[in-house]
Amino acid sequence: MFRGLSLAIAVGMIVLLAVLLWVLASGGYRAFATFGLHFLTGRSWNPVFGREEFGALPFIFGTLVTAAVAIVLAVPVAVGLAILLNEVTSGWLRNPLAVLVDLLAAIPSVVYGLWGLFVMKPVFDHTVEPFLTRTVGRVPLIGALFRGNPNGGDLFTAGVILAIMILPIVTAVTREVVAVVPGDLREAALALGATRYETIRMAVLPYARSGIVGATVLGLGRALGETIAVSLVVGNGLGIGVSLFKPGFTIPAVIASEFREATNVGVHRSALLALAVVLVAIALVLAAMSRLLVRRTVKLVGGPSVGGAAEVPALKVTG
Amino acid sequence: MSAATGTVRTSGLSTRLAGSRRAKDRAFTIFLWLCGGLAMLPLLFITSYVVAKGASALNIDFFTKEPAAPGEPGGGIVQSFIGTGLIVGMATAFAVPLGVLAAVYLSEYGRGRLASAIRFVAEILLSTPSIVAGAFIWAVVVVALGSFSALAGSIALTVLMWPIVARATEEILRLVPQELREGALALGLPRWKVILRVVVPTAGAGIFTAIMLAVARGMGETAPILLTALGNEFVNVHPLQPTDAVPLRVYNYARTPVVSQHAIGWGGALTLLVGVLLLSITARILSSRQQRRIR
Repeated sequence: MFRGLSLAIAVGMIVLLAVLLWVLASGGYRAFATFGLHFLTGRSWNPVFGREEFGALPFIFGTLVTAAVAIVLAVPVAVGLAILLNEVTSGWLRNPLAVLVDLLAAIPSVVYGLWGLFVMKPVFDHTVEPFLTRTVGRVPLIGALFRGNPNGGDLFTAGVILAIMILPIVTAVTREVVAVVPGDLREAALALGATRYETIRMAVLPYARSGIVGATVLGLGRALGETIAVSLVVGNGLGIGVSLFKPGFTIPAVIASEFREATNVGVHRSALLALAVVLVAIALVLAAMSRLLVRRTVKLVGGPSVGGAAEVPALKVTG
Repeated sequence: MSAATGTVRTSGLSTRLAGSRRAKDRAFTIFLWLCGGLAMLPLLFITSYVVAKGASALNIDFFTKEPAAPGEPGGGIVQSFIGTGLIVGMATAFAVPLGVLAAVYLSEYGRGRLASAIRFVAEILLSTPSIVAGAFIWAVVVVALGSFSALAGSIALTVLMWPIVARATEEILRLVPQELREGALALGLPRWKVILRVVVPTAGAGIFTAIMLAVARGMGETAPILLTALGNEFVNVHPLQPTDAVPLRVYNYARTPVVSQHAIGWGGALTLLVGVLLLSITARILSSRQQRRIR
């Protein structure tokens, strides 16, 4: 009986996920039915009843761009940090450093948002973004990303906040996959006279590669779903353009800011739920992908507890 | 690599190679330390700013009074503290039994496909954006009851906390030595009694830390609370009425142009930060001690 009860509750998690998907999908159905593919490709979003039009492209664009900025900034630092913690530091320095990185994950997103809005955004507006415009902005092609009006919230600021927020999880998962690379490989490389850099580049990183990709994908999933911090600094603009220094909007941010006015009279409520469907679909695919990639690394190198190793830190840092 | 295979005395080319290799190695090491420093900066900046700005907002009124009218000095956010206590308390009451029992199944009974499917789903639920959990409970509970409520808020948090408790507890239960179970079973205890009397108590402190981590997570969540509990200017303890919460109050005050409310917002952020960090750090200390003891 006890077994039955615990089984029922464990299966309850599967039921919960199924119900969640069903509720959101059935809630969003009307919007998909009314606008069809236009819901994903349309650029105008007008919740005024009678003139309703829901095209979610600006939100999808903003979500992807901010997450991409976050990944580009966070992943190199996270990988460097993971290697520093696992391969370079030892003893007294390693633990405090690792704990500090994990604490970064414990900070509530509204605190990131408050800090981002009142402290980071002004600095970015007056110093960082004009500086980038003057320097990187002159470079052909990628320079276009860094030109535009630096004032006010924008995609770049939101991306930087996100980068800080996903750094701990990407670091933790990368550390796990780096830790399961067999010591023999490192020793072999060192015995051949390789420097630390060569050892890491030739022996460690190739083995950890798919795990690092998995960590990146997990970070991407986190970045896409982050709501509060982003909504405070992203600027809430519907434009789609090349410049990162322009206000944007993201899927979670628009759900958070419009759900109160959304009624069932028109399609507005359904449209917001449809946005949640788009978000959850992306997040679930990424989560599944990341898990498989990390698992593959752990299996490939025959690490200790398969399936467990990569997940414990992910749990730790959610706290 | 070629330099490493040459003898020491072949100077010239190999010395130059060694020099460039050493330079690369140095540059790489410097890069790694830069990454470390860069990662520490935000934690340093954020905590110091929040402490500096928030400390001045903390006084007796802050913890005991309801908000003053916008623009007027004084007032507090007592309703947010009570609301957070109510919502997170209910969510913990829901999530702990659900999470621990699911973990018991996964660690003690779960074998094969079903168990790994459940584990996979728990993993997926962990990655569900919190706003999605909010939208889900909004569409189910809030729309059905016709009102935003503390109960809806706590259910939304339960969606987030259940898988956290389940996965963390499972890891702890796995650390309990197999010999303990076998010894108890050999004495003729039924399986369920072994679990309730031997396995769970042995892992007790570890389960407690898992719960603390889940509470820390729930306490800091804004988006799901925004969509389900909505917020309130006044103290409310009725589970079916709109209720305030600290992170929600901070979010709302961050978005107003009223400067006096910004100060209160920083105060709220400080209390939130202190609460969450205390929970996380205590959990971390407890869990490292516990793991050492079990092993």
